[in-house]
Amino acid sequence: MKTILYIIQKEFKQIFRNKGMLPIIFVLPILQLVILSNAATFEVKNIKFGYIDNDHTSTSRALVEKFNASTYFNVLTDFPSEALASAAMLKGEVDVLLEIPNYFERDLQNEKHNALGVTINAIDGAAAGVENVYVSQIVQRFNQNLKVDLMQVSDQQIQPVKIETIPLFWYNETLNYKTFMVPGILVLLVTMITLFLSGMNIVREKEIGTLEQINVTPIKKSQFIIGKLFPFWVIGMGLLTIGLILAKVIFNVPMIGSLPLMYLYTSIYIFVVLGIGLFISNFTETQQQAMFIAWFFTVIFILMSGLFTPIESMPKWAQTITEFNPIKYFVEVMRMVMLKGSNINDILPQLIKTALYAFIMNGLAVWSYRKTN
Amino acid sequence: MSIHISNISKSYKNVKALQDISFDVKAGELFGLIGPDGAGKTTLFRILTTLLIANEGTATVAGFNVVSDYKNIRNSVGYMPGKFSLYQDLTVEENLEFFATIFGTTIEENYELIKDIYVQIEPFKARRAGKLSGGMKQKLALCCALIHKPKVLFLDEPTTGVDPVSRKEFWDMLKRLQQKNITILVSTPYMDEAALCDRIALIQDGKILEIDTPEAIVKHYPKPIYNVSANNMYQLINSLNAYKHNHSVYPFGEFVHYTDNRTDFNPEDLKVYLESKNLSNINIDKTVATIEDTFMELAK
Amino acid sequence: MKNNNVIQVEGLTKMFGDFTAVNAITFEVKKGEIFGFLGANGAGKTTAMKMLIGISNPTSGKANVAGFDVFTHAEDIKKSIGYMSQKFALYDDLTVKENITFFGGIYGLSRKRIKEKSAILIEELGLEKVANKLVGALPLGWKQKLSFSVSMIHDPKIVFLDEPTGGVDPITRRQFWEMIYKAANQGTTVFVTTHYMDEAEYCDRVSIMVNGKIEALDTPKQLKAKFEVDNMNDVFLKLARG
Repeated sequence: MKTILYIIQKEFKQIFRNKGMLPIIFVLPILQLVILSNAATFEVKNIKFGYIDNDHTSTSRALVEKFNASTYFNVLTDFPSEALASAAMLKGEVDVLLEIPNYFERDLQNEKHNALGVTINAIDGAAAGVENVYVSQIVQRFNQNLKVDLMQVSDQQIQPVKIETIPLFWYNETLNYKTFMVPGILVLLVTMITLFLSGMNIVREKEIGTLEQINVTPIKKSQFIIGKLFPFWVIGMGLLTIGLILAKVIFNVPMIGSLPLMYLYTSIYIFVVLGIGLFISNFTETQQQAMFIAWFFTVIFILMSGLFTPIESMPKWAQTITEFNPIKYFVEVMRMVMLKGSNINDILPQLIKTALYAFIMNGLAVWSYRKTN
Repeated sequence: MSIHISNISKSYKNVKALQDISFDVKAGELFGLIGPDGAGKTTLFRILTTLLIANEGTATVAGFNVVSDYKNIRNSVGYMPGKFSLYQDLTVEENLEFFATIFGTTIEENYELIKDIYVQIEPFKARRAGKLSGGMKQKLALCCALIHKPKVLFLDEPTTGVDPVSRKEFWDMLKRLQQKNITILVSTPYMDEAALCDRIALIQDGKILEIDTPEAIVKHYPKPIYNVSANNMYQLINSLNAYKHNHSVYPFGEFVHYTDNRTDFNPEDLKVYLESKNLSNINIDKTVATIEDTFMELAK
Repeated sequence: MKNNNVIQVEGLTKMFGDFTAVNAITFEVKKGEIFGFLGANGAGKTTAMKMLIGISNPTSGKANVAGFDVFTHAEDIKKSIGYMSQKFALYDDLTVKENITFFGGIYGLSRKRIKEKSAILIEELGLEKVANKLVGALPLGWKQKLSFSVSMIHDPKIVFLDEPTGGVDPITRRQFWEMIYKAANQGTTVFVTTHYMDEAEYCDRVSIMVNGKIEALDTPKQLKAKFEVDNMNDVFLKLARG
């Protein structure tokens, strides 16, 4: 036990003396959190909107007016013909094109089925998807209002023909993307920093030659590894704290769930990351190699974590792979606890899987660290 | 005059790496710069090969000023830095071809010059440089430094970390190169290599201690030196250090080199003193000074 | 331990694939002896030493270091030996005192003992003024002396030195050898690998390895007499050239 303390003491001194690393550990993550949370949003604003009104009635004008009133759309042009509109879209002058058919008002009043034509420039698929949702929302809301109007004039007994599907965004009612992104990016920071630092740490001693000196001492493998990893575990927890404070102070992210639960989960999660880092360290000879391998895994883990793209939209095989992605669980837990107020029973599956993962990775790391070759 | 150095000084921040260095190396000479790590040898080499600019003083190499004519110098000198600086992942032949090409020449054109050395590594020419043994790397590096037929060759600690067999071969090669009219400036931390040079400069802490032929330098040693031995080395050293008349006490292999500060020193007195310290098997014989003795006397 | 030998090696072999790096070497080292382990680059001396200090597993043979078998008790050996390599084993970004404390702690010395040891050590080496300076800022010779002292902090039975004095100035080098003599005089066995032959002259006995085998083992004096030369360098040249 005492031996471990000496190692921890030494590691902390070295970390805090490294003038190049300190800012990387603490300042960069904060910058990243602030910048990424603001920049990495799914909101699409200032959509260039064009329409072709073949109906020219008060109803069709009212529909266009709904788009005009929305903050998401800039109503640009009323195209006289479809050909001109298509040409404009080709040039990139409009992103979304709405075509209102003939007899739009008349059909609506007769409760006949009618179709609006919507064309969306889908070069950026993600943006197109979002734009589609916006358009549907506006049209559906318009539809509903219209029905209410109609019902006033007609028989009260008549039920609306269609069932409304107005989405209700639970746990994030205003669909504030920052609320959604901040917990995710916090996850990234804690993961990346602890993985890179632990991944490069032992390799660095290999490079300098001090590891050989350690290997000829009677120190136990587990003592050395615990002593090495503990400081990074503390740094990881420190980063989480800084991140949570920033999330509250700058982004005013609601924190409905229990803080101790978040810390409990994170403390186990960091062990997974440190175990992976150490494992990488044992199999590489230079910091450069370690860095590349750590980078490779981080990119895969992040892209498959559900942070930027929903896991539900991935192919089945990819979804299976994400089961092995620790970042996925961390993202889920953070979002669940922070925004939904989930309790320990809700996150139990994630907690158990993560703990198992931590156990396996650290076991592998200790096993693969060799004092004698 | 192949190399002319006059009052060169160089500082890094508050460390004085070189202080007022002046000496000349004649054309065709094999000149040794002898001193420990950190003495300033590499700094001087970097100034002479135009990689570094001195704070004060001037120097010329092969008639060109190291500051204003640096382009001419780069074409007429060969430099072998202390660290192995070839491409470890290229083969022997590829390395040599690469260096020939950047100097605008070919291996065939100057093959005569490197032939002696190259034949020894030619069997391994398809092997990557990183896989060669220490002595082989040294030979390859020397070939690369010679490929453009330089007038002056700078070798910075070529034999550091190399075993005695390869060291000896390396010095034999230098002797042969010298006969081809190449001026050679070589640095080394090993005092025993000094005797192989025409002239040497002893350097420590950025200052030249002495410049002369190896034979003359040892003759400058001011006092008679005695080889002292006894049954217990550690007690012998302690007793000699405690002897009030000692001038210097240095272990030298199985002996201790001892000098006395009296002019009328009688070895018998010392023997009696050592016996009084419970030492036995005492031998005290006169010996000749080595370069190392001189170095330590001057550095004292 | 029989006949006062602290290192006893018999037919020790290390293979890398089908390359024999160390080929059945046999020798013993007595308590308090300064034993020189010489060889050219690639002769196998570093590999042999790594087996003795328990960081490389031998392929076959027998070896007993400080009373423990290298095959079965490598970790016990590590308690009884000190090791100093040519690459600096101290941490450049820790101060002199912190390095001493760290290694003292790793070897399980008590706080009190570490304090005492570090005071003695700093005084002996004359490092009072730089005790709180980073080791990286010290001159090479000081680092080497400190490195040697730190490798002896737990009073080991044997200290292994891997090319300890390359590149240092002649005076510091002699101070270093005086420290080695002192350690040997106090009963510590000193095992030095080197390929600097003048260093070999300081040893009580030397072995010379050529291509994985020990080709000569005796006192420097007798080796010189046997090969009829006046220094170890020539002994080496004769041996290595066959």
